[in-house]
Amino acid sequence: MITRRSLLRSGAAAAAALAGARAARAETPGVSDTEIRIGQTMPYSGPASAYGVIGKADLAYFTMINDMGGINGRRVTLISLDDGYSPPKTVEQTRRLVEQEGVAFLFNSLGTAPCAAVRQYLNDNRIPQLFCATGASLFADPKSFPWTMGWQPNYRTEAGIFGKYIARTKPDAKVAILTQNDGFGKDYLIGLKDGLGPERVGQIVAAATYETSEPTVDSQIVTLQGSGADVFVIAATPKFAAQAIRKAYDVGWTPLRLVTDVSQSIASVMKPAGVDKAKGVVTAVYGKDPTDARWADDPGFKAYAEFIAKYMSPKDLIDSNAVYGFGATATMVQVLRQCGGDLTRENVMRQAASLKDFVLPMTLPGISINTSADNFTPIRQEQLATFDGQGWRLFGELLAG
Amino acid sequence: MPGPRLTRAIATLAVFALAVAFPFLASGYHVYQGAQVLVLAIALLGLNLLTGFNGQISLGHGAFFAIGGYGAAILTAKLGVPYLLAVPLASLVCFAAGFLFGFPALRFGGLYLALATFALAVAAPQILAWKGFDAWTGGSSGVSLVKPHAPFALPLTTDQWLYFICLVSAALLYVAARNLVASRIGRALIALRDQPIAAETMGVNAALTKTICFGISALYAGVAGALSALAVGFVSPESFGLALSLSFLVGIVVGGLASLGGALFGALFIEFVPSLADQMSGNFGEGAKALPGAVYGVLLIVAMAVMPGGAAGAVRAIMRRTVGS
Amino acid sequence: MRLDVHLCALVGTPPVSAFLHQLASGLALGGVYAIMALALVMIFQATQLVNFAQGEMAMFSTYFAWRLIDLGWPYWRAFAVTVIVSFFGGIALERIVVRPFANAPALASVIVFIGLALIFNALAGWLYGYSVTDFPTPFDGPPWFGQRYLSAHESGAILVSLVVLAAVYAFFRFTSLGLAMRAAAQNPTSSRLLGVRVGWMLALGWGLAAAIGAIAGMMAAPIVYLDPNMMAGILLYAFAGAVLGGIDNPFGAAFGGFAVGVLENLMGAYVVGSEVKLSVALAIIVGVLAWRPSGLFGRRIVARV
Repeated sequence: MITRRSLLRSGAAAAAALAGARAARAETPGVSDTEIRIGQTMPYSGPASAYGVIGKADLAYFTMINDMGGINGRRVTLISLDDGYSPPKTVEQTRRLVEQEGVAFLFNSLGTAPCAAVRQYLNDNRIPQLFCATGASLFADPKSFPWTMGWQPNYRTEAGIFGKYIARTKPDAKVAILTQNDGFGKDYLIGLKDGLGPERVGQIVAAATYETSEPTVDSQIVTLQGSGADVFVIAATPKFAAQAIRKAYDVGWTPLRLVTDVSQSIASVMKPAGVDKAKGVVTAVYGKDPTDARWADDPGFKAYAEFIAKYMSPKDLIDSNAVYGFGATATMVQVLRQCGGDLTRENVMRQAASLKDFVLPMTLPGISINTSADNFTPIRQEQLATFDGQGWRLFGELLAG
Repeated sequence: MPGPRLTRAIATLAVFALAVAFPFLASGYHVYQGAQVLVLAIALLGLNLLTGFNGQISLGHGAFFAIGGYGAAILTAKLGVPYLLAVPLASLVCFAAGFLFGFPALRFGGLYLALATFALAVAAPQILAWKGFDAWTGGSSGVSLVKPHAPFALPLTTDQWLYFICLVSAALLYVAARNLVASRIGRALIALRDQPIAAETMGVNAALTKTICFGISALYAGVAGALSALAVGFVSPESFGLALSLSFLVGIVVGGLASLGGALFGALFIEFVPSLADQMSGNFGEGAKALPGAVYGVLLIVAMAVMPGGAAGAVRAIMRRTVGS
Repeated sequence: MRLDVHLCALVGTPPVSAFLHQLASGLALGGVYAIMALALVMIFQATQLVNFAQGEMAMFSTYFAWRLIDLGWPYWRAFAVTVIVSFFGGIALERIVVRPFANAPALASVIVFIGLALIFNALAGWLYGYSVTDFPTPFDGPPWFGQRYLSAHESGAILVSLVVLAAVYAFFRFTSLGLAMRAAAQNPTSSRLLGVRVGWMLALGWGLAAAIGAIAGMMAAPIVYLDPNMMAGILLYAFAGAVLGGIDNPFGAAFGGFAVGVLENLMGAYVVGSEVKLSVALAIIVGVLAWRPSGLFGRRIVARV
């Protein structure tokens, strides 16, 4: 802000700058001298309602920011609408946000298909679609969709890290993979193949999928065991990952097990699976698990716990979705701070694409957020970790996909 | 009884006039919502023909809606077929699918048909995401469509143009359904619902009538699905989950079984009440953001308690009281 | 599977052991489907309607039990209290919410069930959050009978399902209350003349269904874990199983539950792969119904829906 301050010293220039800022403000919908209105769609009802906690955390975080005086003197109003995880409803609600509520931009709308359904509309209208809450790789494509950006490490990147890790440590591995039958699973399989490299793709000896409507994946585990694989990649949501870890152990299958960052919560994956059965599971992490005792005295975790205690309900503390919302909103706040007085849509997008070494309270030490005009993946570093029966033990160095 | 009939004609005309004027009075977003309501109304008309008039329950009309939607998406986006041709083509595919499904479904009454169609609704997203069809359906990533613009330099926005396509389709299909119900086939449908044995004794070909009814009903759902795909500009397996099929059922019951006019009310209900529930749950504070499902559930039960015969039943009751017949 | 090898040599080889594992895990889940199917039968017996809210009611009961256990109650006491509370909850639900629709079209009741399912699901999410939690089992310890295909809990769940089946069968067959319930369902007018309180019989059906559902939830939760959406898939399979076996008949419905559990596993493992196994399993069930329209063990009924 030094440039701006020095400008302000010269009277004429200051007047010109203020006039310019005011003109820009008038042009940007949703932005006034006292308020920034933004919007999002969330599956508060319907099959994906578990993710609604992200929206609740986003709202709570902005309440906290507003209690602390807002951003550059402006309150942030987040309008969070239910889309039931149905793309036609997402289109409708997004248009309502843009055309009726007059929001400045979209923030952290959830889901691969819902975000894909409105991506064209938002890009056509030059409205930022920031930090889509999905790890699908299709939201990091600045050339075709310069107004759309994801947030978390995308599934392909992470699976690529696993692939390289397998190729390095177990070059003769036979790999089995369990995936959810949707874009998440598909991206994961592609990334794993990329990471293994073309000469090792044949080492994936078995692949099985499951539907979220299935009660268990026990049957798939038995089938995968039959392939004789000695590496088992589990690309599943928490419930199914926990079942997979437990069942593999129960049928006496002891491969190297890798789980995704979607399902590394100690409280909702490792404990349900049984901490003894989960010992030795490997994952790639970028955030701190709120249920891992090692962070109990960590200042970042304390800030998070304080936020939950004051603005959410105690049951949300262990929910990794609350951590997600906490981090994504903090990133959004940083972007808005960087914007200063210029809250045009162009500048919001420009600032979102120029985050430099921004550190979040709940990301691992050493991991920072960086974006640029051709890097629309804010978080791309992860570190491998193994579960020792109590918590995650990090090993190796930070890896970038 | 010219009284009620005249009232009904006036009401129909008034609704139609309002529907034509609407896109010029409302914003683009509301016009888009209007198109959604019309699309849903078409699907409800079709389901009502099957469930309301013929007494065959379907919990799986979302699947036919999906075939229509994907049909239109694949025809326009992958094969370059003009959209005005893609909609009827897609709905013919649906007619065939419905007709074929109707054959085995014939063997079942009541609950068994409910299960068979329920199975269809559950299986639809899974089949759409199946990797064998990836080249056509885009698998789990879905297919994006280009939204059609108004031709001949008509001074209409894309939203208005799509709205009018939906309105014309809905009006035509409404008239067709009315004529069908009033025809011999319509009487056969109702007879098969109420007195199946008597109807067959009197020479109604139950098998053919019921399967054709299933096919026509699927055709309606297909038109709706195709138009919805055009209006939304995107299809994916998530667009056609079990919730969609159930919301159709909610629509025809809330609108009124065996009432064609009720379809419009049903469509308005399933389009707007879930959003209303979202807003109402907001009044409980931000902690209650998880509650729109519960609020919607309560509104559903209240709606049924207030009008057990649906909107059409309620209107009929009021008419009876005021006309005094 | 190669069938040309001598059977004795087969047992213990990887393919056979895998087959037995598939069978066992199918049976274990099948037991849960069977209990849910019995819950559906209780309401169907009384009203000829399938209660789509049954799964969410069972989930809600399971959360109730979880709260009690969390407070430090011993398992079986929490179990018993949950079953009793669910029983009265079911009766209350029937008297307050479902009863007013007794004379409305059947589909109006179905919509009410959908509404109830939405309410219970959202309430559970609101009260308890959506994180997956583990749920204790009373059948801890090493697998039973020295085999290694079924965990102790899975064996226990199958046992419980058989006990519930026997209890339901005995209730209808040997108690006067059960007889009165059947009579009220089949011929309400005559039953009323004979002094059966038909209205209360419907409420009783709901109470029993809720209680049985609670047992299903508590048997399912250690396998599938506890979360607000845990019963959605289970209800679907239980519904399919009940209709497959014959929903007017407790034995048929329970058999159907087991059959669906096993069929789905074997289809996925050996025939069509995991991606479309659900669709194929459903198609087979529909095919069986085309062949035997009243279910495998059902009486031919003229149903209204």
